Amino acid sequence: MEALEKKIETKELTISMGPQHPATHGVLRLVLDLDGETVVKCTPYVGYLHRGVEKLGENRTYFAALPLTDRLDYISSMNNNVGYVNAVEKLFGIEAPERAKFIRTMVAEMGRISSHIIWLGTHVLDIGATTPFLYAFRERERILDLFEGLCGARLTVSYPRIGGVRNDVSQEFLDELYEFVLEFPYRIDDYETLVTENRVWKKRTVGIGVISAEEAINWGLTGGMLRGSGVNYDVRKHMPYDAYDKVEFDVPLGKNGDCYDRYLVRLGEMRQANRIIKQCIEKLPAGPVMADFPKFTLPPKDLILKDIERLIHQFVLITKGPVVPEGEVYSASEVPKGELGFYFISDGTGKPYRMRVRAPSFVHASVLPKLCEGGLVADVIANIGTIDIVLGECDR
Amino acid sequence: MEPLQIAEKIKEKFPDEVLEIKEFRGQASILLKKDRILDICKHLHDDPELCFDYLVDLCGADYSESKEKRFEVIYHLYSMTHCHLIRLKAEAPAINPEIDSVTSVWAGANWHERECYDMFGIIFKGHPDLRRILMPEDWEGYPLRKDYPVEGPEEEWRGFKAVLDRAKRFKEFEWHE
Repeated sequence: MEALEKKIETKELTISMGPQHPATHGVLRLVLDLDGETVVKCTPYVGYLHRGVEKLGENRTYFAALPLTDRLDYISSMNNNVGYVNAVEKLFGIEAPERAKFIRTMVAEMGRISSHIIWLGTHVLDIGATTPFLYAFRERERILDLFEGLCGARLTVSYPRIGGVRNDVSQEFLDELYEFVLEFPYRIDDYETLVTENRVWKKRTVGIGVISAEEAINWGLTGGMLRGSGVNYDVRKHMPYDAYDKVEFDVPLGKNGDCYDRYLVRLGEMRQANRIIKQCIEKLPAGPVMADFPKFTLPPKDLILKDIERLIHQFVLITKGPVVPEGEVYSASEVPKGELGFYFISDGTGKPYRMRVRAPSFVHASVLPKLCEGGLVADVIANIGTIDIVLGECDR
Repeated sequence: MEPLQIAEKIKEKFPDEVLEIKEFRGQASILLKKDRILDICKHLHDDPELCFDYLVDLCGADYSESKEKRFEVIYHLYSMTHCHLIRLKAEAPAINPEIDSVTSVWAGANWHERECYDMFGIIFKGHPDLRRILMPEDWEGYPLRKDYPVEGPEEEWRGFKAVLDRAKRFKEFEWHE
C-alpha cells in the first residue's frame, strides 16, 4: 500500500515539430512544450521559405514583378495574379475590358476550387481519413489540365496580365469546363458522404480550435477562418473587383468557430465557386481581352513589327517601365486562404518604390498558439490543417 | 463614411498630431506624428461612429534621404460594421527609430510588428516579444532598408557554415562489428 502512495513525478517535454514534417504542409516549425499529452506552450517559427519577394519587387518593373506573385501561394497562383493585376490597374488608373474581367473571375474561381481540393485532401489525410485524398486530386487534375491547355503552365501560371489576360479562351476550353462544372457538385457530394457525418471526423473536429467572432476580427483573420466564426466578411462582396458584382453567389457562414464549421464553410465555398464559373461561361461577353492604353499596357505582339509607334511603346514599357503617377494604393482580393492585399507606393518611375504583400497565411499562423494551447497533441494537427497555411505566402 | 470625412474627423480630434492628408484613387492617407499613435488607435477602435475593429495590415517604408524622418509605419484599418478603409502613416526618425506598439488594441499586430522590426529595424515599445521572425535570429542588418543590397551581404551568414559543419559531423560514423 505504501508503494501505491508514492508520488509520481512528471516533467515537461519540449519537442520540436521541425521544419521537415509530413503534417505541417511546408516548412513550418512548431516548438511544443508538453505536459503529458497536453500542449502547455506552442511557439511557431516561420521564415524558412523567405525569398525576399518584397525586396525583389522594388527592383523590377510592374510587368516583371508579376511572376513573383505566382510563387506566393503556389497552390492557387491564378488568384494571386488576379489580386496583383487588380492592384496595379488601380494604381495606373486603367480598366480591363469586360471579357477579360469575366475570364479572370472564371479562372480565379477555378483556382479556388483547386486550392480547396488540396486543403480537403490533406486536412482529412492528416487526421486519418485516407480515402478522399486521391479522389479529390482527380478533380484537381482536370482543372490543371485545363490550365495547361489555356496558358501552358499547370502551377505557376502568369495568365492574368496588367490590362487583361494573356490570350483568349478557346471554345474547346469552355466546353470542357462546362462539362466539369455540371459534374463537380456530385463529386463534392461523394466526398461529403465519406466525411461530413462520420463519427470519428466529428469527434476530431467539433469543438477543436474554437475562436469567437470578436477574437477573430481582433487577430485579423480572414477567409474561411473568419467566416467559420460567423462574421460575414468577403472581399468579393465588400470591395468587389473584376466581374464579382455581375454574378450571383452566396457566402457560406459557420456558427461555432471550430474546425468542423470551417470545414463546412470551405465545402460551401467550393459549391459557390462552381456556381460562379457556370454563370461566367453563360454570360461571357465578346470583345478584346487586353486593354489598349498605349502608355500602360503592352501592345499586341502581332502588331509590334508592323507599326513603329507600337514598337517604341513596347520597347520603353519593357525596359524603363510605364510612367506611373505618384501615390499609394491598397487593393485587396479574396484568395482561397483569405484576404490578399497589395500595397504599392509609387514614386513616379516604372518600378514600385515599395511593394507590400499582406499575406493571409502569415496572420493565420500567428493565431496557432492561441488555438493549440490547452489542447492535445493530436489537435495540433487538426489546427494546422484548418488554418490552411501555405508557407510560400506566409514567408514571402 | 467617405475616407476624407474620416480624415477630417481625426484631424478635429487630434489637431496637433495630423501633419498631412492626401487622397489618391479614392483612398485617403493621413500622415501623423508618432508620439500619440496609441491614443489615436484606441480612439479609432472604440469610437462607435468610426469603429475600426480590423487591422488589415501594418508595414514599414524607408524613404532614405528624400524625407526628413526616414521611416514610416503604415497602418491600414477597416471597419466591419461601417465598411470603410483608412490608412494611417506614422513617421519615425532615422536614428533610434522607436514607436509605440498597438498590440494592446489589435492582437493581430503582434507578428506584423515583429516583421517590421526584422525588415527595417524599427523598435516597438511595449511589444510582448520583439524578435526576428523571417530572418534567422542572429542575422545582422535590416534587409528592406534602401541601403541594403538586393543580392545580399558580401559575407556569407555564419549560421550557414555552422549548419554545414554539423551535417559533416553527422555523416561520420563507425560501423561496429
